[in-house]
Amino acid sequence: MEKDIRESIEWAKINGDVLKSLESPRPLFWVILVIALSMFGVGLGCEIYQYQIGMGVANLNNPQVWGLYIATFIFWIGMSHSGTLLSAILHLMHADWRKPIYRFAEAMTTFSLMTAGLFVMVHLGRLWQFYYAIPYPSERWVWPNFQSPLLWDAMAIFTYLSSSVIFLFIGMIPDLAICRDHLHPGWRKSLYTVLSLGWEGTDRQWRNFRMTYLTVACFLIPLAVSVHSIVASDFAMSQQPGWHVTSFPPYFVAGALYSGCAAIITLFVILRYVFKFEEYMTLPILKKIVRLTFAIAMVWTYLNAVEFASVWYSHDEASKAVLIQKATGIYAPFWWMMNFCGSVVPFVMMIKRLQTNIPVMFAVSLLLNLGMWLERWMIVSPTFSHGYYPYLWDNNQWPTLVQWGIVFGSFGWFTLLFMGFCKLFPSVSMYEVKEMVYHRSLALKHTERNLAVNATELAEKGAH
Amino acid sequence: MSVSNMLENWSKFRHMHPVDDKPHEEYKWAMAIDLDACSGCNACSVACYAENNLPVVGKQKFDAGQQMHWMRIERYWDDDGREFPDQGAQFMPMLCQQCEAAPCETVCPVGATNHTADGLNSQVYNRCIGSRYCSANCPFKVRYFNWYDYPTTDNVWPAEMTQQLNPDVTVRGKGVMEKCTFCVQRLERAKNNARTEGRLVHDGEVQTACQQACPTSAITFGNLVEPESKVAKKWAHQQVELAAKDVQAKDEQEGGSDLRGYRIFEELRAYPSVMYLERVRESAI
Repeated sequence: MEKDIRESIEWAKINGDVLKSLESPRPLFWVILVIALSMFGVGLGCEIYQYQIGMGVANLNNPQVWGLYIATFIFWIGMSHSGTLLSAILHLMHADWRKPIYRFAEAMTTFSLMTAGLFVMVHLGRLWQFYYAIPYPSERWVWPNFQSPLLWDAMAIFTYLSSSVIFLFIGMIPDLAICRDHLHPGWRKSLYTVLSLGWEGTDRQWRNFRMTYLTVACFLIPLAVSVHSIVASDFAMSQQPGWHVTSFPPYFVAGALYSGCAAIITLFVILRYVFKFEEYMTLPILKKIVRLTFAIAMVWTYLNAVEFASVWYSHDEASKAVLIQKATGIYAPFWWMMNFCGSVVPFVMMIKRLQTNIPVMFAVSLLLNLGMWLERWMIVSPTFSHGYYPYLWDNNQWPTLVQWGIVFGSFGWFTLLFMGFCKLFPSVSMYEVKEMVYHRSLALKHTERNLAVNATELAEKGAH
Repeated sequence: MSVSNMLENWSKFRHMHPVDDKPHEEYKWAMAIDLDACSGCNACSVACYAENNLPVVGKQKFDAGQQMHWMRIERYWDDDGREFPDQGAQFMPMLCQQCEAAPCETVCPVGATNHTADGLNSQVYNRCIGSRYCSANCPFKVRYFNWYDYPTTDNVWPAEMTQQLNPDVTVRGKGVMEKCTFCVQRLERAKNNARTEGRLVHDGEVQTACQQACPTSAITFGNLVEPESKVAKKWAHQQVELAAKDVQAKDEQEGGSDLRGYRIFEELRAYPSVMYLERVRESAI
């Protein structure tokens, strides 16, 4: 078995490498930033246009009231889940290979949640009144409707977002102190000074830090599961054929972990190159995430099959008709592509030789996420075009460029936030990588000593 | 809706089961539409446009499915092999069913759509933030969204035409959901008049715009609580009552039956307030 990380990396080199990522990334970084900025510009332009003229410019209509916005919203919420999987669940399970990569996964969680939040806003007809959905005290005693899954959604997302920001920040404190101590005076140094909260690395600080980190991790795990279950409730709690499916919450959570893991692979490849992290984001670690992704892909495939089977055998004519429409109607190419990307493409990950092949894994991870985006679209739209009411059947409203533009722009917005974060904050956890290196070198010494002891024992036996 | 108000007056806002509960005190507005009488002339729809200040969106937006007809006449062509001029069709006037257990009400995040004490499914335009969840969960798809700012859009109401808008009805702006109200402005006026005179609204005293315009009197509207009202008598033709004690099936009677009444998607348990009476005659053409 290859090593996840080289035991002989010196601690000063770890500091140096990570701090360098804050100052001198490869030129590709700036290229990505400019592309992301222009993509975001396109999305912003479309949103301003839609805000001014009305939702009609998105070409939504009576049965098709949600379109790509809600589909992409679920996509981004889903992507946020694997950050928590890596940083909290694997933390509790003491899987130390997560250490070099969990920081950026956690950042991915935060920023994809922020992107998802945008879609909640973008799809509102009266964006300027969004605060009606917040239970704030007012003299009129008008409250939001606590029966609505959409309200649970807003609350779950807000809780998850704020908790994951706290988790990301807490986990970063020792590293921020390293940045504070090593960087030249300037605005960055003042920023790190404030954010590191006077960290000095005393025993007491470390003990409190560990406890806090563990507590927040434990708090975050049920949140991660509940937030996507609640997003699933938006559909499962409704009465519509194709949505009213009991297995939706686990199906959504599996889909979320799936697309999140695929996104981690994508970002892993990009960061490894852009910030010169080859020493830390090693191929054996890539192999481990790839295997994890493959396992989750199979769980998703199973739950997908469960959904089809439960609809098929339920003899609920309306739901069955929606399923048939998905497979044969105008959405058929996308639906089959979703099944192909989600259930067939991951088998590439079974091939051992390709598990560490960076270009192949990059392409596969993009395809998986394409599949997962299509999955969300195929959940939302076909039900609208073939719902209960026959008069509105086969209403096929193709999204306009405004809708596509906003979806496109959201990727720019996410990349902008994410790359900005990686440039401003250490995207590899320095203190945990040091721990990992230290533990590995201890383990190595231990084995060497055991070998030596065994050799002496053998020698003694031989003497008798 | 304050919490204490909601808890104390729960039955006013939500009915667990509209048949088992004693749902309504003085009024329960309901409608019956006789499909045997409907000729599909669209007069109801036109009257609704005039009464409720519905924007006329134009051909292009109509083609895009963004029309605002609260009352729509659905046309289902007969499938008996005949070509158009001879081909028959069935008509279905479709409007908000004012469900007693409305799927739209529970999902609205801000509580913009509620149940009134007289059995209407109300829509509060000022409260609506336009999430469109109500429409997504409506089995009949009879909720219409303001995709554009129609009052300021050209050709919806040319300048001189704004004088013909009904002053009793709000003109809705961009980004809110709207739907049939059972002409709530007329109901309120009738109730106020009756209250001033210390009585209840008489049967037939208040008409909805669609009912008033219907040349064949296919639409009956009134107070279901009053057992002698026309609408209550039409409702008595319902084939299946949901409360087990009142099950009546038309197949049980010999020599035909006058049990023509049914509510659309009865099995979804939304308890609509509109009763349709089956058509028994041959095709319209």
